[in-house]
Amino acid sequence: MTILEAIVLFPLLGALVILLGAPARFIAQGCSTLVFLFSLYVLFQFNLGKEGGFQFTSSRTLLEMEGFPTLSLAFGLDGMSAVMLILSTLVLMAATFVAPKENLLNGRSKLYYTCIMLIGAGAIGAFCSTDLFFFYAFHELALIPTFLMIGMFGRGENRTSVAWTITIFLGVGSLVLLVGLLWLVQALGATTFDIEQLTALAQGASAVDADLQKWIFLILLIGFGVLVSLFPLHSWAPAAYAQAPAPVAMLHAGVLKKFGLYGLLRVAMPMLPAGAEAWTNLILVLLLGNILYIGFVTIAQSRLDMMLGYSSVMHMGYVFLGVISVNEIGLGGAILLMFAHGVSIAVLYALCGAVESRYGTLNFDELGGIAKSVPRLGVLFGMAAFASIGLPGFANFAAEVAVFFGAFRDADTNNLGFLQWAGILAIWGVVISAVYMLRAFRSIFMGPQPEKLAQKQGDISLVQAFPVVVLVAALLLIGFKPELLNQFIRPIAHSLETAISVIAK
Amino acid sequence: MNLSTQAWLLLLLPLATAALIFFVLKRSANVSALVATASSAVLFLTAVALARGDAEGAEIASYSWMYLGDQFDIRIGLLVDELSQGMMLIVTLVGLLVHLFSLAYMKDDAGKARYFAALSLFLFSMTGIVLADNFVMMFIFWELVGVSSYLLIGHWYQKTSAAEAAKKAFLTNRIGDFGFMIGILLVWTLVGSVTFSTIAAQAGEVTNLSLLNIAVICVFCGAIGKSAQLPLHVWLPDAMEGPTPVSALIHAATMVAAGVFLLARIGFLIEMTELAAQVILWVGAITALVAALMATQQNDIKRILAYSTLSQLGYMVMAQGVAHGGSDAGMFHLYTHAFFKALLFLGSGAVIYACHHQQDIWKMGGLRKSMPTTFFTFALGTAALIAVPLTSGFWSKEAILETTLHEGHIGPYILAMIVAFLTPFYMTRLFIVAFFGDPRTHDAEKADEVGPLMIFPLITLAVFAVFSAYDPFAAWFKARGHADFGHLVSHFGMTAILSILGLIVGVAGAIFLYRGRDTDPINIRLFARKFYLDEIYIGLVRIFQDAVAHACNMFDRFIWAPLVTKVPALGALTAGGTMRVFQTGNVQSYAFFFGFAILALVLFLIL
Repeated sequence: MTILEAIVLFPLLGALVILLGAPARFIAQGCSTLVFLFSLYVLFQFNLGKEGGFQFTSSRTLLEMEGFPTLSLAFGLDGMSAVMLILSTLVLMAATFVAPKENLLNGRSKLYYTCIMLIGAGAIGAFCSTDLFFFYAFHELALIPTFLMIGMFGRGENRTSVAWTITIFLGVGSLVLLVGLLWLVQALGATTFDIEQLTALAQGASAVDADLQKWIFLILLIGFGVLVSLFPLHSWAPAAYAQAPAPVAMLHAGVLKKFGLYGLLRVAMPMLPAGAEAWTNLILVLLLGNILYIGFVTIAQSRLDMMLGYSSVMHMGYVFLGVISVNEIGLGGAILLMFAHGVSIAVLYALCGAVESRYGTLNFDELGGIAKSVPRLGVLFGMAAFASIGLPGFANFAAEVAVFFGAFRDADTNNLGFLQWAGILAIWGVVISAVYMLRAFRSIFMGPQPEKLAQKQGDISLVQAFPVVVLVAALLLIGFKPELLNQFIRPIAHSLETAISVIAK
Repeated sequence: MNLSTQAWLLLLLPLATAALIFFVLKRSANVSALVATASSAVLFLTAVALARGDAEGAEIASYSWMYLGDQFDIRIGLLVDELSQGMMLIVTLVGLLVHLFSLAYMKDDAGKARYFAALSLFLFSMTGIVLADNFVMMFIFWELVGVSSYLLIGHWYQKTSAAEAAKKAFLTNRIGDFGFMIGILLVWTLVGSVTFSTIAAQAGEVTNLSLLNIAVICVFCGAIGKSAQLPLHVWLPDAMEGPTPVSALIHAATMVAAGVFLLARIGFLIEMTELAAQVILWVGAITALVAALMATQQNDIKRILAYSTLSQLGYMVMAQGVAHGGSDAGMFHLYTHAFFKALLFLGSGAVIYACHHQQDIWKMGGLRKSMPTTFFTFALGTAALIAVPLTSGFWSKEAILETTLHEGHIGPYILAMIVAFLTPFYMTRLFIVAFFGDPRTHDAEKADEVGPLMIFPLITLAVFAVFSAYDPFAAWFKARGHADFGHLVSHFGMTAILSILGLIVGVAGAIFLYRGRDTDPINIRLFARKFYLDEIYIGLVRIFQDAVAHACNMFDRFIWAPLVTKVPALGALTAGGTMRVFQTGNVQSYAFFFGFAILALVLFLIL
């Protein structure tokens, strides 16, 4: 058993043990902490000098049939999945610490913690899989408990309909994705689901015909796009996040949603470069929809949970901008931004839950001035808010700057292209996000405190603050020294650029 | 300590201080205050050492911050030259004095530790701007200055006005930074570098000068925001909601000067770009005039000073637009202004403190007798601001006006000359109403001279306000100009005559109008309401932001979302699914079946 297999296996085992009756919270926290430490260890052991390819690989053949691609349970790590792995395990650990104590869950704690561990396991498995089939299957594994959690533990009256919405939306999205993936494998004439071999095929002699690439890519774009809440396929996201219990919102908005982007970078772009190029302008329009249209929608929100939901949809636009620049700067920035956004939105949802559990409301006009009663919460929220709007010092800024530079790298100075204009409009989004975040912070934490809120509310305790502090520290660490992650990202961003741009021509 | 160590110490010491207070000392407010003040004293001494050192050829280590391929290698590197050496002295000296003043002013404040941590964070950000050797690093600290200013303006966050002012300041600055970022990107695409020295060496090869013009104008947007030039000036008067020492430090002497510093830093680009230079020139001149007009009808002592700051910053920015020689004159004015404006703000702080936080000049009066030292130092500060001959402000203003005329920019010159008539007028108005006559309220009657901790910075700054333009001082501060009698005599002409005439007319007019008055005899609503610009902006925000946001939200919520979610969801619900499915039924078991099937599979294969 390789260490990577252990990392995938542990949360699954944890879920089983919890379901069988072990102390849920204890097991979940212990297991997720262990997995996080393991993945840190893996990062330290990662061979940065190695050119391309996966490390810590393992492959166990499951099914070999004549006329059907070989199916293997295969894991491996490259620079990009390493970053996603550390993001997943970090947020999973934080989520298990943010999750409520067992006695607050009315005897359903087994279910609650099993689901959380399954979501984490699915995300980790998907990012570590090097077999296309399991890459897909692990993501599905994570989705179903997400639906369940919203349906059963959702916080509002209409949780059922919201749960149905996300189930159907993402269910259909996954189905479209499955069709696209199978079509891709079929078009490549592959006898394997191994991603590395598929990529080699796609970039070699048996590349898919450019015309066909266009259509397969579109299917994959829709499939992955639904999962990342690419405009206009975003409608499931804000309400679902607003309904979801805090740990689920942290895990889904922070980690699982990135699966769509990861998939684009892992599968769609390198295997269908001509297809990606054909739809560049469409993607630029859509990402501007994410940034500007959703940005304005975010400004209009009057509840913190909905506002965070929309803001997380909005920020996906920046990742798309980095992806579609197709150069090492933009791609690198996009991968770094996946990490940064994942961590910062997780912090915000954790703190959003902390506000609601104390004051029973998230409406801006019912709150105000609570920093006086809960100063620690205020400071942490302020830091997370500033991180999320890209203040230097936090990882988000480093990533966003790289994305913007990526959009301008290949500019024709005599005639700026659509990519650069999109970049300029996207930068306006930086103003938009400052508007809604500072408005939210202002109306929740600053100003005079309404009398009915003034009764003494307990500030977030050091123990409660622990997961949040860890996440904020990670943002600061990467913000001051992005090289810690860039060393993983740079080679993969470089090889992606070479692969995509060479073949697209 | 060599130059490199000194420079790095200047950058990192305030950060370390801020972190120390934030993480360790925040419960002991007095220790925090003392530590921060001691740190700012060390900072000033280091800046002195740095300025004494020879910057030519000094090797300063730089560190890679963000590296994604050779084209994107952003470094944190320090640039020590005469410009940054001089600027650093101003920043740290004013910083030290403000720390001292704050020890007294914020003595009983509940958030004292938080306040001093934010001051240290501000000094960190400001030294970063001054020492930055590339655009991105400057942008990083540019934003950090914005956030520390946000924290300081919003120090009394329980006050609605302070909370709103902090938000407004940050957002207005962000709008400027939007342009700044685009400007950086355009310069980078044109020249291929973000480092100032490389850009300076290679900018000559740029063929597309029109795009370079646009790039410089975009960068200038950053300066418009930070130096509060029209049309982004609206945040600065509101920023007076912050504690008064903050107004003196960052909203008079340093932060708002960052925009001017940025323009001086990229002076070589402005010299190449004629159109951008014209834009800078006119924005500066118009700001100087409009802000001076607004200042004539304000009643809040700090706001009068704030509008006068806007106006003086307009002068400095205009000078940067003059380029050739004007850049130096502008930096010279930045230097003299830093001291006399900090003096005026701290003086107003002493007045406000003595009058129990009364800020309306019409509710003061007669302070001349009860606060003699404050009165005397305030008088010297006013003299410098209205450019009484031989004071520091006189020399630097002359330098600006003279180069503007010399370079043939008649239009801006005329505007700037009108300002030379207005400044003495509104400052004399403030001075007479607040300090002369009889006390108009109980607070003013009870006012008493402030203690030595506040007096000391006032006297120090008063000395500077008068003498800073003269040579041992000016040379020591590496100022970009100095009092030059020979030049004044040999070039004595229209500029000198007009500005002295302006001084006489302005002062005489204000004395004539305001002597012995208890209410304002003139009432120009347009000026008092600041040309209605705030109202216009609020209207624009309502239309172009809130209304658009509302419309988008309505569409997303009531049209698009139902279309894509409700319809299919309804179908699914009627097709047999209800909430029960989630509670008990198949989905749950399916999920667990699925999960544990995978688990079994993994176990089976691995073991």
